[in-house]
Amino acid sequence: MHKAEKIWLTLSFGMIIGFMLITGYQAFAKDMGPPSYGERIDPQNVDETAPFDNPGVKQIGENEYEVIMTLQIFSFTPNKIEVPAGSTVHFTMTSKDVTHGFQVADTNINAMVMPGYISKITQTFDEPGEYLVLCNEYCGSGHQLMGTTITVK
Amino acid sequence: MIAEKTGLGKADSKLVMSFMWVTFISLLIGGLMGLLQTLVRTGNYTLPFGIGYYQILTVHGVILGLVLTTFFIIGFQFSLMAKTVGMTHKQRQWAWVSFWVMLTGTIASAIMILLGKASVLYTFYAPLKAHPIFYFGLTFVVVGSWIACFVNFHQLYQWKKKHQGEHSPLLAFMVVINMLMWFICTLGVAATVLIQFIPWSLGLVGEINILVSRTLFWYFGHPLVYFWLLPAYMAWYAILPKIIGGKIFSDSLARLAFILFLIFSIPVGFHHQLLEPGIDPMWKYIQVVLTFAVIIPSLLTAFSMFATFEITGRQKGYTGLFGWFRHLPWKDVRFFAPFMGMVAFIPAGAGGIINASNQMNQVVHNTIWVTGHFHLTLATTVILTFFGITYWLVPVLTGRKIDKKINTLGMTQTIVWLVGMFFMSGSMHLAGLLGAPRRSAFSDYQGSAQAAEWIGYQYGQAIGGSILFIGILIMLYNFFYMTFKAPKGVEEFPIAEAPDGSEPTPLVLENWKLWIGITVVLIAFAYTIPFVDIIQNSPPGSPPFEWPIGNG
Ligand code: HEM
Ligand SMILES: [Cu+2]
Ligand SMILES: [Cu+2]
Repeated sequence: MHKAEKIWLTLSFGMIIGFMLITGYQAFAKDMGPPSYGERIDPQNVDETAPFDNPGVKQIGENEYEVIMTLQIFSFTPNKIEVPAGSTVHFTMTSKDVTHGFQVADTNINAMVMPGYISKITQTFDEPGEYLVLCNEYCGSGHQLMGTTITVK
Repeated sequence: MIAEKTGLGKADSKLVMSFMWVTFISLLIGGLMGLLQTLVRTGNYTLPFGIGYYQILTVHGVILGLVLTTFFIIGFQFSLMAKTVGMTHKQRQWAWVSFWVMLTGTIASAIMILLGKASVLYTFYAPLKAHPIFYFGLTFVVVGSWIACFVNFHQLYQWKKKHQGEHSPLLAFMVVINMLMWFICTLGVAATVLIQFIPWSLGLVGEINILVSRTLFWYFGHPLVYFWLLPAYMAWYAILPKIIGGKIFSDSLARLAFILFLIFSIPVGFHHQLLEPGIDPMWKYIQVVLTFAVIIPSLLTAFSMFATFEITGRQKGYTGLFGWFRHLPWKDVRFFAPFMGMVAFIPAGAGGIINASNQMNQVVHNTIWVTGHFHLTLATTVILTFFGITYWLVPVLTGRKIDKKINTLGMTQTIVWLVGMFFMSGSMHLAGLLGAPRRSAFSDYQGSAQAAEWIGYQYGQAIGGSILFIGILIMLYNFFYMTFKAPKGVEEFPIAEAPDGSEPTPLVLENWKLWIGITVVLIAFAYTIPFVDIIQNSPPGSPPFEWPIGNG
C-alpha cells in the first residue's frame, strides 16, 4: 500500500467513526434522535379512540401544552393553533386516511404521520410569530393545500 | 471487420442499441415533464388540458428514475459483458426477452399514468391506490431485469469454465456484482408488489400493512441508488484510465470497492424511514452506522481516480504538486463529462452524509433539499457519466466515429447541464433549508409569509430547469447524429489494463459464496429483529384510497 493511500484511509475511517459517534451520542445521550414513537391505533376508528376522540390544544403545565391532532386529506384538526411565547408544545398525532407529513417551517419539527401509528414530537417556541405548518408527504391531488399555522404570541 | 476491431458484433450492437433508444426517448419525455414541474412551481403557469401536477411528477420519477436508468444500465452492461466475456446466441435471445418484457411493463404502467389512474409517484406509497395494471407493469420491468441478471451470471459462469483458475475480467466482475446487488434488493420490492399491492388493488384483500410495505420498498430503494452509481464507477475505474492514456490504478482495490458496495448497500433502508413511527430507534441507528460504512468504498474510489490521474500525468513527464493536472484531456468529452460528474459528487456526497445523519435528517426530510441532492447524484454525477459513455458507445454500436463536431457539441452539452444544474439544484437546496416541501405543486399556503420567501428560489429552479431542458435537446441531437450521421469508421471500445508488474489480484476477491454469504448475514442482522417487531406489532391495515389521486 502506498503511503498516501494509508493516510487517506486513516482520515476516511476517522471521519466516519466520528460521524457515527456524534450521531449516536446526540441520539441516545442527549435524546435528540428522530421521532420514533411506537404506539399503534386502528386507523379506521380514530374518532372513537382516545385521545383522538377529542382533538385540540390543552394546557398541561405552566408553559406546557399538549396538542392532540388528527391529519386527514387535506387538513389538520385542530388548525390555527395559538400558544404563548416560550411554551413547550407536545404534539400527539395520527392519520385518519393516508400517510401525511407534519412539518413546521423554520423549526426542526418534522415527522411522518402514518395510518395505524401515533407520532409524537415536542418543540419549544421561543420566537413570537406565525409559523407555517404543512404536510410534506404526498397525500393526493390537494396535497399542496394541506397547511395551517401556529401563532406564537 | 469492424466487429473484430471493436469487439462487438452486429447482433450485440443491435441489442444494446435498442436499450439506448429507450433511454434517450425516456430522457426527452422525462425532461419535458421536469421542465413543466419547475414552471408550475413558479405559480405563474398552469398545465393545459386538465393534466395534474402529480401526474407529470409520476411520469418524471418513473421514467427517469426507473426506466431510463434501468435500460441504460442493462444495455451498457450487456455491451461490457459481450466485449469482455462474450455472448452466445442463446444468451442474446434471452437478453432480447429481457428487453421486451421490460418494455411491455414500461408501456403498461405508462398508459395507466397517462390515463390519470396511477398518480401515486414512483414510490407508490400505500394506502394511495393506483390501477392494478400499474403494479403489474412494474412487476414486468423487474422480472425483465432479472432475466438480464441471469444472462449476465451465465455469461461469466461460462467464461470461468473455459478459463479455470483465471481472474474474471474486471468489468465482467463489476457487472456481476451490480446485478447480484440488484437481484437481492429487488426481491423486496417484488415481495411488496406481489404479496401486498396486487391482491389489495384487485380487491382480493381489504387492507394493506403500511409499514411493512414501506420497509420492503426502502429495502430496495437504497440499493437502487447504488445500482445507478456502480455503472458510473465501472466507467471511472476501468474505462477513463484508457481514455486519458493510462492504466487502472489497482485491480484489487477496484474489486474490493465493489464487494464493499455489495455488502453495505442493502442493509441501510431505514435511513429513508428515520422519521417514521413504529421503528425502533436503536435499529434506525444501527442502519445509520451501516450507511456511514458505505461511504468508505466511495472514498476509495475517489482515491483511485486521482491516483490514476496523477500517475498517468507523471508518466507523461508532467511534474510539480499539481502539474499532472494539466495533462488530462480536458477537450475530450469522453473524459470531460464523467470528470465533471465526479466533481459534482463532492457536494452531492457531502449532502448525502447530512441526509443520513439520523437526527439531522429532520431538518431536510421531505423538503426540496432532497430533490436538489439527487439531481446532483443521479441527474449530474451518474447522468453525465452515462452521457460520457454514450459518446463512444453509440459510435461503437453504429459503426461510426466520434468527430470534432460531436465532441464540441458534447463539451457544450456538459457545460449547459452543469450551469442548469447549478441553478436548479442550488435553488432546491436553499429553498429546502427554508422549509419548502418536495413533491408539491405550487401553493402560497394561504398567503403565508414563510412560503413567500421561497418564491425567488422557485424561479431559480425554473431558470435552471429551462437551461437543463436545452441540455436535453442538445443531447438528443447528439444521439441522433451519432446514430445516423457521424462519419463511418471504427471507434475504439476503451478498456483499460492493469499496470505492468502489479501484484496478482488475491483470489479471495472472487470467492462469490463468501461475499454473498456475508451480504445475506448482514441483511439478516440489520432487518430480522426490527422487521419481526413491525409485523408482530402491526396495527389493523388500511383500505385502499383512490379518490385522493383523482381516480374513482
Ligand atoms: C430537464 C431536466 C430536469 C428538470 C427540470 C427536473 C426537475 C425536477 C423537479 C422540479 C422535481 C421535483 C418536483 C417536486 O418534488 O415537486 C424533480 C423530481 C425528480 N427528478 Fe428531475 N429534473 C430533471 C432531470 C432529471 C433527470 C435527468 C433525472 C434522473 C435521471 C431526474 C430524476 C428525478 C426524480 C427521480 C425525481 C423525484 C420524483 C418524485 O419525487 O416523485 N430528473 N425533477
Ligand atoms: Cu400531503
Ligand atoms: Cu438511501
